[in-house]
Amino acid sequence: MPACGDQQLLLGALADNELDAANVALVEAHVARCADCREELERLQALSALVRTNGVHYEPPGGFSTRIAGMPELAVPRSRNDNSIFRWAAPGLAGALAASLAMVVLVNPGENSIVDQEIVSSHVRSLQPGHLTDVETTNQHIVKPWFNGRIEFSPPVPELARQGFPLAGGRLDSLDGRTVAAIVYRRRLHAVNLYVWPAPNSVERSFAKGGFTVTEWSNSGLRFAAVSDIPGGELEQFETEFRKESDRR
Amino acid sequence: MKAIASSFFARRGAATGASLLGAGVARRFNVEILPHLDGAYNLARYLTRDSALAEDAVQEAMLRAFRAFGQFRGGSARAWLFAIVRNCCRTAQAGSGALSLMINENSLSEEAAAQLANRADERPNPEEALQAKDTAERVREALEAIPEPFREALVLRELEDLSYAEIAQVTGVPVGTVMSRLARGRTILAKELLPSGKLAGDRSRSTK
Repeated sequence: MPACGDQQLLLGALADNELDAANVALVEAHVARCADCREELERLQALSALVRTNGVHYEPPGGFSTRIAGMPELAVPRSRNDNSIFRWAAPGLAGALAASLAMVVLVNPGENSIVDQEIVSSHVRSLQPGHLTDVETTNQHIVKPWFNGRIEFSPPVPELARQGFPLAGGRLDSLDGRTVAAIVYRRRLHAVNLYVWPAPNSVERSFAKGGFTVTEWSNSGLRFAAVSDIPGGELEQFETEFRKESDRR
Repeated sequence: MKAIASSFFARRGAATGASLLGAGVARRFNVEILPHLDGAYNLARYLTRDSALAEDAVQEAMLRAFRAFGQFRGGSARAWLFAIVRNCCRTAQAGSGALSLMINENSLSEEAAAQLANRADERPNPEEALQAKDTAERVREALEAIPEPFREALVLRELEDLSYAEIAQVTGVPVGTVMSRLARGRTILAKELLPSGKLAGDRSRSTK
């Protein structure tokens, strides 16, 4: 049976959360006593859920974001004042940033893989206002599902507040042209970025770059890279606690 | 956390001087516009229904947006970008010689709209064919078969989560038109996707 003609647009707006409080009350009152409109509302909600199925949203082909961000037309203009080089370099576009940080932050770029440089520059970039987290919550049960459907693997997201590393949130980032999960923890006033991506197991390693410490490890087909400006010892402690807590799950 | 991030950069001093003006704009572009690249691609993909055209349109849109960003006066950066993407899709389609079907929905009867959406029914055994596909593929095809103004409104609402006001801004029509486009788009889509087919809209006017 059809819904009432005069309610059609209002039902849609109700399902879309676009009604003000007064109209919500009116439409809900109508829906409560009109079975047809109730059915219609349920169908609208079912349809909306169907359209929001994973895989309906088109994702750009691999490397597209990097290509766009790296277009020379979008490059950040170069400052003439050398002292301010970091100010424009830090928030710069991905391509320009990797290159400029290689000069500014890294001491010996020749010795390190591109990924090492990108981990540090991505960490710096994430500290821009509003860039640290896409999903901002201290609840691991929100962060972990948030990654579902956005990436093709499921990173462990243990809560480490008792160990002094409260969870701050998560976001997607890009390292070496692939999408990685970035899980953000706090240490006092510092941020710890933990990048996770699928990769064959490889050796554990730690290094320091431009005042940032990076420690990397592998676990069951995932590569982990933690980066922060906290002392190296504390970052190792983070690694230990993280691995202990993820193994328990 | 945001406060920390701010102080992190504040330590490096406030940017001053005309030489940094361009850098400031470029930096704001990174923060406000680049994060919407995925949404821009999705929109372009549904508007052009072609992956290569969508890539071209988004690339052109990002260039235009970057050049025009100095004039961006706040509000929804996403809606601002999507409006540019939408224009670039039109251009890309026209340039490629692809059939760009501009439909004025006021001139389109419900039946005609439904017929457009129901072309799949002409194939033999449509139900079997549909069942063989997975849900996402079915939804994509159904969405792509919907005439443009309705498809555009649905994609912006359901896949990009834009508010009615933002959709109105992107498409350049009043909010009331956005609402009726969504309702009609959903009616067509329900016919294709929901088991018993009907949302109320399609019967109310066609039985008159």
